Amino acid sequence: MGLHETGKVIFDYGREGRAAGAQLPPPAPEPSDLPDTLRRRGRPALPEVSELQAVRHYTRLSQKNFSIDTNFYPLGSCTMKHNPRACNALAMLPQFLGRHPLAPPGAGQGFLACMHELQEILAEVTGMRRVSLAPAAGAQGEFAGVSMIRAYHDARGDHERTEILVPDAAHGTNPASAVMCGYRVRELPTDRNGDVDLDALRAAVGPQTAGIMLTNPSTVGVFERHISEIATIVHDAGGLLYYDGANLNAILGKVRPGDMGFDVIHLNLHKTFSTPHGGGGPGAGPVGVRETLLPYLPIPIVTHEGGRYRWLEEADCPHSIGRMTAFAGNAGVLLRAYVYIRMLGQEGMVRVGEYSTLNANYLMHRLQAEGFELAFPRRRASHEFIVTLKREHDAYGGTAMDFAKRMLDYGVHAPTMYFPLLVPECLLIEPTETETREEIDAFVDILVAIREEASRDPEILHEAPHTLPVRRLDEVRAAKELHLRWSPETG
Amino acid sequence: MSEVPNDLKYTREHEWVRSEDDGTCVIGITDHAQAELGDLVFVEPPEVGTSFGAGDAVAVVESVKAASDIYAPVAGEIVEANDSLADSPELINSDPYGEGWIYRLRPESPDDLADLLDADAYQEFVEADSD
Repeated sequence: MGLHETGKVIFDYGREGRAAGAQLPPPAPEPSDLPDTLRRRGRPALPEVSELQAVRHYTRLSQKNFSIDTNFYPLGSCTMKHNPRACNALAMLPQFLGRHPLAPPGAGQGFLACMHELQEILAEVTGMRRVSLAPAAGAQGEFAGVSMIRAYHDARGDHERTEILVPDAAHGTNPASAVMCGYRVRELPTDRNGDVDLDALRAAVGPQTAGIMLTNPSTVGVFERHISEIATIVHDAGGLLYYDGANLNAILGKVRPGDMGFDVIHLNLHKTFSTPHGGGGPGAGPVGVRETLLPYLPIPIVTHEGGRYRWLEEADCPHSIGRMTAFAGNAGVLLRAYVYIRMLGQEGMVRVGEYSTLNANYLMHRLQAEGFELAFPRRRASHEFIVTLKREHDAYGGTAMDFAKRMLDYGVHAPTMYFPLLVPECLLIEPTETETREEIDAFVDILVAIREEASRDPEILHEAPHTLPVRRLDEVRAAKELHLRWSPETG
Repeated sequence: MSEVPNDLKYTREHEWVRSEDDGTCVIGITDHAQAELGDLVFVEPPEVGTSFGAGDAVAVVESVKAASDIYAPVAGEIVEANDSLADSPELINSDPYGEGWIYRLRPESPDDLADLLDADAYQEFVEADSD
């Protein structure tokens, strides 16, 4: 351990009065007219370091990043794929960057044209009538979607619909979104082959059913084969179908949620359409609807009238559920998605769907051949699949968590663990379409090697990771004593 | 193999129910349930004085893996909640059938308790479930 030991924060390098002097602004005059009660008693709690100390500290931290740019990242349901640099480069054009969100439409026709075309393309890709780009994240897209379901029932005076059905293989955020919109959640079980249990669905629907939130392919990594039947059952009961776009990557260019019978959808542009996902910054969760829900779409929406683009706002959409943010969604994320989609074209999108599915199935079959147990061995994987390590756990005592931690030592990011909750000791693995066969083969070798270690000396797994800057974290303490803010007193 | 005491009743939602002499019953989650959930970090206890129907969600336990509802095994009124879980949710992990009890309920109709699983039936249910 030297000058730059792990765990140091920028404040630890500070000395009182140290600054990058040459870059300081000229000293401000003494604010003698400020009343004494409004003045600081002490120095502001800012790090006092040299410019080079700041540069080194943050560069070192950035080198600790575990990212898709450096390592294989098969995090199921998160679609950690490569996002072409060109998408970002074009979204960063000075004409886009310099545009103020409150600029009049006349000063941003180019930007509005891109947004309008993106709306149209996303509607076409998903089989929806119209799309609003307003929601600034997936969770906000879900909130907007369920809010529209609520607005639809309210507008018809149907206030008895108090329940949203959520299969246990749906995206994990769905129940929270339903509750946020004032609904009670009724969970539906999954059958042994990974489909929604239709008998349970028939028993659950009724005049209290506002709708169902479904992820297809689901988080168990299979396509819901009874989707048409599900749509009929829910529609016949007077409910609506909500599509969670978490796993859209698998069906891109192949099948459209609108054609499956969904009434409202949200997309995660930060998974499928070229923005890094997973703590990497803002996202975008556009929502799409079919004809019946058009009046309720969140605003603003771009329209094209008489050769000009403009925003549709409150006056144009009196029944809208309203605005999701102060402005019009996350412009940078939307622009990257637009560029990506234009680069891919229709044929490219089919390729995304096919290769993400091919890579997942190749990896699944290789792991099965190596003796790993699949949660749904009779099903073809979509873009992701589940391995259950229950057998390894029973035989060697190594849990899915131990396997996942040991993978970090081998230089791959752990897959999603213990989700969905219905499969014990599970890993949810999604290689995405942007990995080569060599990378995927190397991952298989790593899992085989870890299992061999588990059989020989389980302690290697229990104590993993061995090579990272921090070892096994105390998750209980992290959850109970969240401490993220530095202060001079507590460090 | 997880512990399933013979003197308790059980639900398919992995709660245990102990009938007390004063007509109330004490409810917690089973050893199997705590092992599946992993280390518990938070418990939201039910509000004393509130009445619930059988199968209603009355409390929430949260572990490092998941948040799960705790259900009322039979209809009744909450008469006491285990306050020490607020500071020490890990009691559910270390002593699920003792210190880790979650709440006490006065059943609307004591006969309802007869419909719950006995230890053998619960054990069988857990084994069938994990196949």
